[in-house]
Amino acid sequence: MQRIISMADESKKEFLWSCPVPFASSDKVLMAHGGGGKMTQQLLESLFLPAFANDQLAARHDGAVVEVPGTRLAFTTDSYVVHPLIFPGGNIGDLAVNGTVNDLAMCGARPLFLAAGFILEEGLPLETLETVVRSMSVAARRAGVTLVAGDTKVVDKGKGDGIFISTAGVGTVEAMQPIHPAAVQPGDAILVSGDLGSHGIAILSVREGLEFGSPVLSDTAPLWQPVEALLQAGLDVHCLRDLTRGGLSSALNEIASARGIGMTIEEKVIPVPEPVRGACEVLGLDPLYVANEGRFVVFLPDAQAERALEILRSFNVCRSAARIGTVTDGLRPIVQIRTIIGGNRVLDMLSGEQLPRIC
Amino acid sequence: MKYLEEYRDPKAVEKIAAAIRRTVTRPWTLMEVCGGQTHTIVKTGLEALLPSEITLIHGPGCPVCVTPLELIDKAIALATKPGVTFCSFGDMLRVPGSRGSLFAAKAEGADVRIVYSPLDAVKLAQANPKRQVVFFSVGFETTAPANAMAVWEAARLGIANFSVLVAHVLVPPALRAILESPGCQVKAFLAPGHVCTVTGVEEYREISLTYGVPIVVTGFEPVDLLEGIRMAVSQLESGRAELESQYSRVVRREGNQHALRLMKEVFETSPRVWRGIGMIPASGLCLRPAFASFDAETRFALDIAPVSESKECIAGLVLQGLRKPYECPAFAVRCTPENPLGAPMVSSEGACAAYYLYGRRE
Repeated sequence: MQRIISMADESKKEFLWSCPVPFASSDKVLMAHGGGGKMTQQLLESLFLPAFANDQLAARHDGAVVEVPGTRLAFTTDSYVVHPLIFPGGNIGDLAVNGTVNDLAMCGARPLFLAAGFILEEGLPLETLETVVRSMSVAARRAGVTLVAGDTKVVDKGKGDGIFISTAGVGTVEAMQPIHPAAVQPGDAILVSGDLGSHGIAILSVREGLEFGSPVLSDTAPLWQPVEALLQAGLDVHCLRDLTRGGLSSALNEIASARGIGMTIEEKVIPVPEPVRGACEVLGLDPLYVANEGRFVVFLPDAQAERALEILRSFNVCRSAARIGTVTDGLRPIVQIRTIIGGNRVLDMLSGEQLPRIC
Repeated sequence: MKYLEEYRDPKAVEKIAAAIRRTVTRPWTLMEVCGGQTHTIVKTGLEALLPSEITLIHGPGCPVCVTPLELIDKAIALATKPGVTFCSFGDMLRVPGSRGSLFAAKAEGADVRIVYSPLDAVKLAQANPKRQVVFFSVGFETTAPANAMAVWEAARLGIANFSVLVAHVLVPPALRAILESPGCQVKAFLAPGHVCTVTGVEEYREISLTYGVPIVVTGFEPVDLLEGIRMAVSQLESGRAELESQYSRVVRREGNQHALRLMKEVFETSPRVWRGIGMIPASGLCLRPAFASFDAETRFALDIAPVSESKECIAGLVLQGLRKPYECPAFAVRCTPENPLGAPMVSSEGACAAYYLYGRRE
């Protein structure tokens, strides 16, 4: 006890109790660089964006909209490295198709063509590959796209994780207005297309061997149909984004920061299914950061919010759509959340991966 | 969700907050001891509902934050040994040691795994007899029994390739240290409900008596915390200093005897350095001689040079409740969750990370 007292005395003079000097941030790629949070953003901003600087990348959207004579195309790419390959509610195959068509849909584009590259690990059971390819085919039909090009590579055992899939997608832009973060306006309503967190928890439940009263299924689904319905109703959609890794909070923060605008959302109206809520409580996770694969946010004028919700809810995949907040005119790109007990706090982007807490 | 929603009910919250406002007549400083409590307070914006007379300071109850630098270095040294699989609870992985973190070690090729239960590490050892599986046994009295169980089980099954790096800490000695520190501002404690679920409350009653300080054993939901604050303020205003429990739906006076028995069978108390606070006698746990063969520190020759800590980070003052995180010159500038200078910025339970994540800058 003596030591403490003497340390306390010293502390009055200077800050002596301390933590280590910061070691330089890692010079290696960390898992957090792929977590969809701040470290992913840093990697984009410090390496990829400067290397390829152009207007399409600068829009910071899910896909690029490019003009070719006579038409506007949306063009995107994505990669899938999910483990396990087959999980409750889906597998890496339908995930790859849905994820790619959703990136196109978020540009207001009708998905048309996909290409897929398969990196297979030596020793992968062919039966697994068949399952994956069959569900890709089903998913492509459901989403109305044709897989028109492909590539297959095999790597030595131990150098892959069964199957990696890399995709590209092309679609035609059907939205009259530009749909991207820059179009978001103060006063816009923020809608979420459905309840959150099922995909992330479905994956985690298999990885961690967790069991729930009713199994949590991934929400993987194609989203063009509800988006198309919003556009066909003539709604003035300003921005769309699908909520993948990093969850709702990353999507909102990305848009807030790309547009340089504030948002407020209301915690108690954000739909989260009961089993997801329970799993998050047990694991010390926040559902607002958990991944989804069939959910998106919509920004559009306040006066059109009710109509948009009506349209969304007519689709099974969007039946629990809800309005969760409003874009403010604050200049600071901060997402404020009004908590369940009526307090306020900032909903920040995750810094790396969400880590389970000790106790 | 039953047993959760009712403790997050805005009406109940407002009712208790109003009762606190009616009771309070002058400034009081309270410490919530547990990191889980800090997390809820900041996550729900609960302080905004309190009258300005009440100051909450965030105690040292985050195991990640108080684990000394040297132990993190030992963990990394173990993890990078060939043939070792190093298992840990998730939020220890990002804690900076003097030369990187376990995450960085993983990126360099170390076999580092996140486990949810220490028994998973035992299973891993069983399934991989050719590898040495080391589990980072950290935490307060909440995790100690389960970690003791893992060692006990490994002993029972004769699993020779399992060992633990022990970094356990105990709450009551830290409370005594805080109360005896001359700079101590704390007038009442919200004691950690989950720790008390294991240990029972008698040791806290003793501290309350010895130091004349109100202690309220408190839960982790907004209603729990406000009720704990209300009970503590009511004691302070009426000049009482007793042990009370707000968390009687979970905590029993005698604690969890099974868990305690197991903990005492496997561990004994030892002196322990707390990061940011210093050496506190009898404030840690180490393996008893009967289980000493499971001690990773003796099984592997570890050559860890002692390291000195920098002067900029004020984690120690934050952990003792003498400073708020935003009073640190490095806070949110040179110290962020991506590049933490100190452990309280690492764990989501850490006061600095909670302030940063939930946007408390003043």
